[in-house]
Amino acid sequence: MYVAVKGGEAAIDNAHRLLAERRRGDPAVPELTVAQIREQMSLLVDRVMAEGSLYDPDLAALALKQARGDVVEAVFLVRAYRTTLPRFGASVPVETGAMAVDRRVSATFKDMPGGQVLGPTFDYTHRLIDFALAAAGEPEPAAEAEPGPDAALCPRVTDILGQAGLLEASPPEAGAPVGDLTREAVDFPADRAVRLQALARGDEGFVLALGYSTQRGYGRTHPFVGEIRCGTVAVEFVPEELGFSVPLGDVPLTECQMVNQFHGSGDVPPQFTRGYGLVFGQGERKAMAMALVDRSLRASELGEAVGAPAQDQEFVLAHCDSLQATGFVEHLKLPHYVDFQAELELVRRLRAEHAAARAQGDAPIREAAE
Amino acid sequence: MALRPGFADPVHDAQAVFRAALDALSRPARVRPLPTALAPPAPLSPELAALALALADADTPLWLDPPLAGSDDVAAFLRFHTGAPLTADPAEAAFALIADPARCPDFAAFARGAPDYPDRSATLILALRHLDDAAGPAFAGPGIRGRARIDAGPVPADWAGRLAENAAAFPLGIDLILTAPGRIAGLPRAARLLQPAEA
Amino acid sequence: MSAASALPETGYNFAYLDEGTKRMIRRAILKAVAVPGYQVPFAAREMPMPYGWGTGGVQVTAAILGASDVLKVIDQGADDTTNAVSIRRFFGRTAGVATTTRTCEASVIQTRHRIPETPLTEDQILVYQVPIPEPLRFLEPRETETRQLHALGEYGLMHVKLYEDIARHGHIATTYAYPVEVAGRYVMDPSPTPKFDNPKMDDCPALQLFGAGREKRIYAVPPYTRVRSLDFEDHPFRVQSFDRPCALCGAADVYLDEVVLDDAGGRMFVCSDTDHCEARRAAGHAGEQAA
Repeated sequence: MYVAVKGGEAAIDNAHRLLAERRRGDPAVPELTVAQIREQMSLLVDRVMAEGSLYDPDLAALALKQARGDVVEAVFLVRAYRTTLPRFGASVPVETGAMAVDRRVSATFKDMPGGQVLGPTFDYTHRLIDFALAAAGEPEPAAEAEPGPDAALCPRVTDILGQAGLLEASPPEAGAPVGDLTREAVDFPADRAVRLQALARGDEGFVLALGYSTQRGYGRTHPFVGEIRCGTVAVEFVPEELGFSVPLGDVPLTECQMVNQFHGSGDVPPQFTRGYGLVFGQGERKAMAMALVDRSLRASELGEAVGAPAQDQEFVLAHCDSLQATGFVEHLKLPHYVDFQAELELVRRLRAEHAAARAQGDAPIREAAE
Repeated sequence: MALRPGFADPVHDAQAVFRAALDALSRPARVRPLPTALAPPAPLSPELAALALALADADTPLWLDPPLAGSDDVAAFLRFHTGAPLTADPAEAAFALIADPARCPDFAAFARGAPDYPDRSATLILALRHLDDAAGPAFAGPGIRGRARIDAGPVPADWAGRLAENAAAFPLGIDLILTAPGRIAGLPRAARLLQPAEA
Repeated sequence: MSAASALPETGYNFAYLDEGTKRMIRRAILKAVAVPGYQVPFAAREMPMPYGWGTGGVQVTAAILGASDVLKVIDQGADDTTNAVSIRRFFGRTAGVATTTRTCEASVIQTRHRIPETPLTEDQILVYQVPIPEPLRFLEPRETETRQLHALGEYGLMHVKLYEDIARHGHIATTYAYPVEVAGRYVMDPSPTPKFDNPKMDDCPALQLFGAGREKRIYAVPPYTRVRSLDFEDHPFRVQSFDRPCALCGAADVYLDEVVLDDAGGRMFVCSDTDHCEARRAAGHAGEQAA
């Protein structure tokens, strides 16, 4: 006697208990604290904040702990929390020109006001496993750094180029009201602010691959890193009842300004164009990839042919979000047997008709799978 | 004058009013109850107030007809309880509150959506003196089993012509929520006024 | 029916969503009802379950649900599938509403992939979870293009696709998510329900709401609305039929799940709608394998 499958409730409870057990791992090993994750997995925390669109290092660290280190799952937890938060309004645009800089490099000039500041970077490390880290121990203290460059002496490279007219002015929509794709469904064509928001929240791997594709000829933009800067900036907000801005605190950001070739048009002389990337924390790879894709998504605005995936804003915006992507891919593991039954019935019927036609000696009909 | 209170239970009162509006627009020309305990400043009716509080907020400009727009108390009440911007331009309105339905502006004054976005259209909420589905002109269309009648008043003299024009523009058009004391009904753009011969 | 839980989950609003989000979704639902079959864009929120698990349906349900509603959730027609259990629990916890597995007791039914066999009534709302709301999406991937096609009522692409099936297979080879025309205007995706269920959408007394979270669209079919499955005069729309009744309850006019019994080709067919099957067995109906 067949009994229909039951027990969904108990199965879910048991699965959740097992998940909690696996998350903890071997109880003989000390449990990670949220502070340890925040301090020692800081780049991971930064990525979760960037793609989660929420600046809260403790929450991102907790989400990583809860997610067993799965980045997309941690981003998911942060986003689902963010969506329940009241929204008071938009901050004043942050002034990255006034950033307290930890790191600042330019590929377009050997030196510039404020100098090149390497800061905490993997760039010139040798990627040799450091077995010393396997044993506990304090790192050697870094040599006392020069005092951080004064912001006034650290102008943005793009501002220097802009003064000479070599670089386009900030695009015309600068200063216009900024959309928010978490509060309005995206309407195509999306303006640049919405595209940048989508890219800033977008999956690092996806944005990286798209940016990379532009370097390999799929929407080539001849990019140069005008400047990458990492550091903290002040966030200010204008409450309606005060009418002037008050500081809310500082957030660490990474900004990348790409400088790209442009041949000019009838109205515009040849000049360089901009691609822009900005993410929470230290996220150079993401900021650079974002800047590449931002520039390639400006193709139609700049009168360039739109053909490559990275130039196609519907393709990029519809697919860059890791939560949307992972949700729809992974939902394939939910039961689909009702639809599959419908397909089974069709294939069986087609096969029966095929066999009947063969038996009657008809000329072979075209394969169904053709 | 002290500000009159809003919903006693903002979560569940708003939900109940929304469900009444959903039912009204889903089943056009069928009157159903809309109980509310609101006591807004005149000439804002309790039903208009309930629908505004349930549906409007900072994202939805409200247009008020002249009797409502003439009352500072009404404006203060709606601003405080909904946060919605009040607009003097009917074409900008997501919702229009109409306390004097006999002088309801021409529907063409309001947004009727665009062919690619027919949803970007206004909803007009009318405070009528009477609303009855036992008599009146007959309608057919989605949500109506066979035909349904609705008798609403007072309405402008060219009411029937306006409704016919609105339905003929489908999928563009405005949507109407009709209220009377304690009652609500809907006439979305898809509800088609039947000619006397069809009715 | 299980009674409303005394204390919903604390720390969140009734039915999880904040009131501002609910208002936004409610406004989209009202416009969806006013323009039957048209996909209204809405600012879908991140929900605490993944995209693809029914976030659109969950947001619609959360926006309409009231304290006196009785909620039923099904997936593949069954109340006991894990995702149905999970969503029912979510609303039990965040809204404290009563839940049921009985179709006739529910005021709101959220579904993935099926329409219940028990005819729905005027007092019910059916909420569909929708993965790809755009019926033209697999014929034209661009939103800007499909939006224009809907604006113009230009559905030739869809007919070409269905006709190509006929030319190749002798049949229309779409078995689920079979496109329908709503109230004579918009072509609509009915969500991936088997086409067996399409006729239930036509002239249905219940309100039907469709939520697509990842794609950020809501659409609706009001009660008593003409829903026509697309077809051709010489190839009229037909639903699947099964050549045997449910092995448990003996029902002959229902959608069946095929259950593999062994690795020697043993199969049996049972109702996909578990509530319908149980109700029939309780009323004394029996199939060949009933105990």
